[in-house]
Amino acid sequence: MTSEEAPAARDIAVVAFAQTDHRRSTEESSEAEMLMPVLHEVLDGTGLKAADIGFTCSGSSDYLAGRAFSFTLALDGVGAWPPISESHVEMDGAWALYEAWTKLLTGDADTALVYSYGKCSPGSVRDVLTRQLDPYYVAPLWPDAVALAALQAQALVDAGHTDEPALAAVGARSRADAAANPHAQLKGQVRQGEYVVRPLRTGDCPPVGDGAAAVILVAGDRARELCARPAWIRGIDHRIEAHGLGVRDLTESPSTRLAATKAGAFERPVDTAELHAPFSSQEVVLRKALGLDDSVCVNPSGGALAANPVMAAGLIRIGEAAARIHRGASDRALAHATSGPCLQQNLVAVLEGDPR
Amino acid sequence: MPEVLKAPLVVEFPFTRSLGPVQSAFLTGLREGTVLGVRTTDGRVLVPPVEYDPVTADDLSDLVEVAPTGTVTTWAWNHEPRRGQPLATPFAWVLVRLDGADTALLHVLDVPGPDAVHTGMRVRVRWAAERTGAITDIACFEPYEGEAVEPGGHSGVFENPLTGIVAPARLDYTYSPGRAQSAYIDALSARRTVGERCPSCRKVYVPPRGACPTCGVATAEQVEVGPRGTVTTFCIVNIKAKNLDIEVPYVYAHIALDGADLALHARIGGIPYDRVRMGLRVEPVWTEGARYPDHYRPTGEPDADYETYKELL
Repeated sequence: MTSEEAPAARDIAVVAFAQTDHRRSTEESSEAEMLMPVLHEVLDGTGLKAADIGFTCSGSSDYLAGRAFSFTLALDGVGAWPPISESHVEMDGAWALYEAWTKLLTGDADTALVYSYGKCSPGSVRDVLTRQLDPYYVAPLWPDAVALAALQAQALVDAGHTDEPALAAVGARSRADAAANPHAQLKGQVRQGEYVVRPLRTGDCPPVGDGAAAVILVAGDRARELCARPAWIRGIDHRIEAHGLGVRDLTESPSTRLAATKAGAFERPVDTAELHAPFSSQEVVLRKALGLDDSVCVNPSGGALAANPVMAAGLIRIGEAAARIHRGASDRALAHATSGPCLQQNLVAVLEGDPR
Repeated sequence: MPEVLKAPLVVEFPFTRSLGPVQSAFLTGLREGTVLGVRTTDGRVLVPPVEYDPVTADDLSDLVEVAPTGTVTTWAWNHEPRRGQPLATPFAWVLVRLDGADTALLHVLDVPGPDAVHTGMRVRVRWAAERTGAITDIACFEPYEGEAVEPGGHSGVFENPLTGIVAPARLDYTYSPGRAQSAYIDALSARRTVGERCPSCRKVYVPPRGACPTCGVATAEQVEVGPRGTVTTFCIVNIKAKNLDIEVPYVYAHIALDGADLALHARIGGIPYDRVRMGLRVEPVWTEGARYPDHYRPTGEPDADYETYKELL
């Protein structure tokens, strides 16, 4: 170590967010056609043009629609010629945002466009997600995404952390809140329904649907020129747990707690939390890991139980939290994204608005 | 606008995967009817065993035999088995901590209904009749009322150990190509090639993908191009492709259809392969009932001037 002080980290803010209406099917559109209006909307919101963007990063998975190299085709919607500085992660767009945030921290770029999309309708997303599992010991059994979440839910019930009525209440609250979200797919009064994989019922599971989202990140004071009230990223971190399901205590999420600690979430209370919990039982785990009490407004957008375009749903949590700060409905918000079975990997971001 | 086109699409791979020494011992053990775990540096026994300690990342190699009996740590009732799952009749997904292990294994439990399963219940392995060295060598678990079975002291060394597995994967989709490509395919069925023009830079893309990759804006204005075009560049194929009934050598070429700003590619026929050249003028050859041209053949016109297609190479 030298005695010289490290240069001050740059302040980076989310200055714009856009998302599609999430729908059961978008069969009339290719992925680029679905994505393009969102890219235009997020740019228009700031007055930036595609050529003004210093770095572009996206998150998606070709397995969802079964369309090889779809992320390169999606670049058609960006206008990537002459060649732009660009990267892609085969993960939720929240991790693309993390990469873009890192890029801006280095000073290599001052503005970033982050987008992600998921077209779940062409395939069976329950089965597609089995292909992310351990290929030696787990994937050959084809345990679908609902089955694994149900194992976690039963562990929570057995440990006394929740019960079926409490889980149903999570789903009901999410869909009721989603009534105010014009982009949500499943909203209002929704029947709790039959078991999909017991103890989870249809009401505990996310809708299957297609959608896309985009945000723009800007470093420094420029953010205030482009957005009346930027959502400053005060901290962001992501952590992962062992891939063996039977190695983990499925009732806890130490990776969420550690990521939140590193992101500074516990330094001061947050007023809002957008949690990426595709299953009602996972909200129970996350609330516990993050120490969220009833003073915090959780998932005012309706969360992933109201719209779950896989690969975009995590980025949408960051976008929804930022949008609340933009419009003055929140001063300090936590956004969370997850990846892998049973909340295996978790990202936490803390966003703040300038004092009012 | 034509109706949305849809077609079934199956994506299927036989993944061939090599095994590390610990995975090899575990899967070979299953083939031989023995369940092995691995001991971590802090003395815990992991089943299924992994090559590296999930906490410390230490190399692990101390194999330990565990019992084929154990305890359910959590479960979920699956009333509707899906393709590829271990049982075709309704079953419980279970995590089972085998006697002698500190962690749980994911598998399924064969019981008649959800009332017959609970966390803490005792179960044992039901072995598959034919075993190859795979997690499915455990056919499933079944309820077990007896005493815990003492594990043998197997060293984990086997004759003829497995070195790899083949893991088939199959996913089924209903593919739809989107608005622009649907329109393109629809026009092709009438033997017309229709691209789309960018409203900003005016380039015509064939086939259209709905967006201009330079301007990042939607293309919508449909423009019929061709049918004739110019070979911009080509290659000579000398190796016969599997399931393709074309005599080699043959020529595969980029063809700029008249009016298009993007070259498409197709086979060239009706001319010896060594006579094909840049600038050759060609036209499509359709066969009865085909959805796209079988190949392109020379028109007999004079070759195009290089200046007319140099931007399309």
